[in-house]
Amino acid sequence: MIPASFDYVAPTTVDEALAALAEHGDDAKVLAGGQSLLPILRMRLNAPGVVVDLGRIPDLQGVCDDGDHIVIGAMTTYAAVLADDLVSTHASLLSKAVATVADPQIRHRGTLGGALVHADPAGDVGAPVLALGAELVVAGPGGQTRTVTADDFFEDLFTTAVGEGELLTQIRIPKHTGWGAHYEKFVRVSHQWSIVAVAATVRSEGGTIAEARVGLTNMGSTPLRAVSVENALVGQPATDEAIRAAVASVADGTNPPSDLNGDSDYRRHLATVLTRRAVLAAAGA
Amino acid sequence: MTTQMFGAPIRRKEDPRLVTGGGRYLDDLGNDALAAAFVRSPHAHARVVDIDASGAVDVEGVVAIYTHEDLPGAVGEPLPLLIPHPTLTHGRTGYALAKDEVNHVGEPVVMVVATDRYVAEDACQRIRVTYEQLPVVVGIEKARDGEALVHDDVPGNVAAHMTQEVGDVEAAMARAPHHLTLDLDIERSACTPMEGKGVYARWDAERDELRMYSSTQTSTGVRAAVAAKLGLPLQKVECIAPDVGGGFGVKIMHPWPEEVLVPWAARLIGQPVKWVEDRREHFISSAHERGQLQRVTVGFDDDGRVLALDVKFWHDNGAYTPYGIIVPIITSTQLLGPYKPGAYRCEFWSLYTNTVLVTPYRGAGRPQGCFAMERTMDSIADTLGLDRAEVRARNFILPEEMPYDHGLLFQDGRPLKYDSGDFPASLAKLKALVGWDDFAAYRAAAEAEGRKVGLGIGCYVEGTGVGPYEGGHIQIETSGRVNVSTGLTSQGQGHETVFAQIVAEELGVRLEDVHVTTGDTRRMPYAVGTFASRAAVMSGNAIALAARNVRAKALRIAADALEVSPDDLEIVDGTVRVKGAPTTSISLGTVSVLSNPLRYAFDEAARAATQFAGTFDPDKPPVADDDEPGLEGKDFYSPTQATFANGMHAAIVETDPVTAEIRILRYCVIHDCGTMINPMIVEGQVHGGVAQGVGGALYERMAYDESGQLLNASFMDFLMPYASEVPTVEADHLETPSPLNPLGIKGAGEAGCIPVSAVIASAIEDAEGFPITRMPISPSELWDLRRRHAGGEVPSLHRALHRALHRAPHRAPHPGLGRPTSPATPATTPRDGSTTTAAVTKETPA
Repeated sequence: MIPASFDYVAPTTVDEALAALAEHGDDAKVLAGGQSLLPILRMRLNAPGVVVDLGRIPDLQGVCDDGDHIVIGAMTTYAAVLADDLVSTHASLLSKAVATVADPQIRHRGTLGGALVHADPAGDVGAPVLALGAELVVAGPGGQTRTVTADDFFEDLFTTAVGEGELLTQIRIPKHTGWGAHYEKFVRVSHQWSIVAVAATVRSEGGTIAEARVGLTNMGSTPLRAVSVENALVGQPATDEAIRAAVASVADGTNPPSDLNGDSDYRRHLATVLTRRAVLAAAGA
Repeated sequence: MTTQMFGAPIRRKEDPRLVTGGGRYLDDLGNDALAAAFVRSPHAHARVVDIDASGAVDVEGVVAIYTHEDLPGAVGEPLPLLIPHPTLTHGRTGYALAKDEVNHVGEPVVMVVATDRYVAEDACQRIRVTYEQLPVVVGIEKARDGEALVHDDVPGNVAAHMTQEVGDVEAAMARAPHHLTLDLDIERSACTPMEGKGVYARWDAERDELRMYSSTQTSTGVRAAVAAKLGLPLQKVECIAPDVGGGFGVKIMHPWPEEVLVPWAARLIGQPVKWVEDRREHFISSAHERGQLQRVTVGFDDDGRVLALDVKFWHDNGAYTPYGIIVPIITSTQLLGPYKPGAYRCEFWSLYTNTVLVTPYRGAGRPQGCFAMERTMDSIADTLGLDRAEVRARNFILPEEMPYDHGLLFQDGRPLKYDSGDFPASLAKLKALVGWDDFAAYRAAAEAEGRKVGLGIGCYVEGTGVGPYEGGHIQIETSGRVNVSTGLTSQGQGHETVFAQIVAEELGVRLEDVHVTTGDTRRMPYAVGTFASRAAVMSGNAIALAARNVRAKALRIAADALEVSPDDLEIVDGTVRVKGAPTTSISLGTVSVLSNPLRYAFDEAARAATQFAGTFDPDKPPVADDDEPGLEGKDFYSPTQATFANGMHAAIVETDPVTAEIRILRYCVIHDCGTMINPMIVEGQVHGGVAQGVGGALYERMAYDESGQLLNASFMDFLMPYASEVPTVEADHLETPSPLNPLGIKGAGEAGCIPVSAVIASAIEDAEGFPITRMPISPSELWDLRRRHAGGEVPSLHRALHRALHRAPHRAPHPGLGRPTSPATPATTPRDGSTTTAAVTKETPA
């Protein structure tokens, strides 16, 4: 369990990083937090010639306020996201999801952007980013940037809209100030990847759900957004009965995996239960 | 008086060193050593057609590459079959490096030695091995059907077939008014110690001597095996177990291929060589345990007494049987627990599969046996509508029946004879601790909140402290320092503390003056090893006997010096003094000086011991004819049989009515390991055992696919319970001393994990109302069982129907429950009839 030999590059600016990627092409791998890359290298499932470490690029770290949005640098660690008041005030769903990621050691190494680009469907940040309608800023060769909506970002298992030679630089999240939020995660042991999890954030008006956003973790090859459930929730009273009815079909059309932790039928069942619990908690009911 | 040491819950002497990073584990040694790495088979069953190392020889830093062809003499012969047995008719062992054929994924094929592990692994990746794949046998059912064979010359994949019978089971079964058959299934798990295996060897060319270190549970065993393999005199081989980061059984197996190859290569190359197992290697090339299919047929009377117990089981022994059939033998004998069936027969088949070999893992066959017996007890109680604890009590061996001889042969080939135990008292304590008799109210309160809870119970007896022997050596230096040595090894159990407690108590010295060394063949060449919950019993008693010898010698020398009778002396805090006149005294350090008359004075203590110091009797030799110089003593303890500890566990489990999540709300333990040397360490052992048992009950399994690939060979996929999943263990003790040894102690190392799967199954079953026959169980599997139960595929427990009727007396049982019998009249099953609580009926091999 020792990686094959590789060269190591540690640029200090995004431009330098992009240049390194341009130079080495598909022989390069980007090191963000390393929580997935290093095990892959150690098991020799991948043997890149060059590892480009983004850990020394200050521009990619931290959270700032940008009017209607908060902007999170892609290399901001889970721990930093978790500790950030802007996130907890305007995107509390993300805070709550990040709080469930693994253990403190991993949260201090792993990064939000690294996890999003790795796009493991059992990872915990895809669903909240999707539910919050985030925009993802991608820098490409030559330094030009483009913005991808979260809906378009996750393409398949371990595959996102970030192409070869590109870097995710920022996650822009529309402020959901005053929205209730809850991340309901089902695991067998505390530090496990999600078997299924549901991210829900809700704006309530006088006991009625005015708006709702729901994202699903590990219910398919990518994080999923449950738009029909979101629509069904609007106008419903924040009661167990009403929410139960509104979310009943959340698993329809999903294709969750069957593995050692549960078969797909069980996951579909869990999704319904967890969605109800998540929405209820997010609605403060 | 000296503070009471034996029996005191004192803190572990080794902990400050171990928890502050002062431990010296195998990989902390040998920083100048070359590194070994292995090319391991990626296939479960294949012929090795060709090995092409040409791409690796030029890698800079590669020192040597070895295949089986390179292994001379005994090194290239099959590894030893450590524990032969007459019924192990088809024992097979592997080679240190595969010869012609591989029989499991992970089997070593090529060894690379290089300047460091990075280079060694780079070279491994460049070695091309061509395989011709063979049919793969994975799973007990496939092994049993015998269509494909693991070893061509082992028909039916049967390594061993063994039957033991006491009484006339056929006749007793025929007479019994009630019968049940249960089909049960326990999956594989593994020890997974925090530190994997590791070997480091140095060859001293000037002295023609080998020193090796191994992360082992038996340094004497490894030493003997390596000397035999390498053709070296035993005196030219030293083996040391440094600090070992957990073993749990996997490190009692020896010699591992690496334990032979690393010293062999170090000698050949003339440089130190080290190999440290990585986690993936540990999963695919160490050892697993547990996997069994069981069929229990039981005949019992109206009171629930077992008249006849007929057990068949099929044991997955993996690809090879180097450790013999210890595990299934233990299952077949320890299955009986605290009970005395009228007649008992156990027949087992130990079967080869193309998976990692199976050797003892904490519990060593007992968790499986306990599962079979305890599931049976619960089924009897349910069938008769009796209280589960009461049925157990009616089958108990009673204290006045001790010693109780089951008429079977235990794992050491000696009679299975319980020495002591008070099972009714243990059960009474357990019922009080868990609130057994109040559980109906507890359940009603939970149900009123929409929660499902269940109460489970499991009892076991554990043969501990098997022979043949261990030794203890004690030497007191002139400083008063007490050196204690025993040959068995430590893997973190607290031996430094408990052995020091025994010596402090026996000798009358301060605990801090006692220094314990374990597992070093230079200090104690005669030893067996640390397994079978035997260290405290075996080495503890040997050390106590050695201490008594040293004490007698010290008193004799002191009596001469003080001109009093030895009977008038006592030893307190390291000082020998006259009883009633404590100012007339002499320190043990001074006694040590007197014990060793010297010619040369090199320090103050020595000066006092020279021939011209003090008074001497010119008519006597300086060392008497019947004496030896030095204040030291040695003794061995070799018991006639094992001593049997016991325990009873109960748990309250909650199952989520919607998600089928399983939570342990309370876990209660009554534990009886005889006289306790250190109750805190015993509790720690019990807690750790329960944690490991919870892993086995709810999380751990070795997920092999049909091609023999282990799908969860990492801690990302192989789930173990964290602190967050392990319940608070509420433990209480009973101390029924063993009459077999001087200290009255019994082993405690494995106890905690033995009944956990049985207890959790019992509690889940109680919560759910349908039988649980297969462990471990996940929420997904429980949810699926619920579906099948609702669909009529899985029957209800009688008591669940009864409870349902009781709650809603106007409603008939749901037709889907598939059990027409009224719970008021217990159902019985004809002997040849369908199973009552069974899962799927399985074929028996012809």
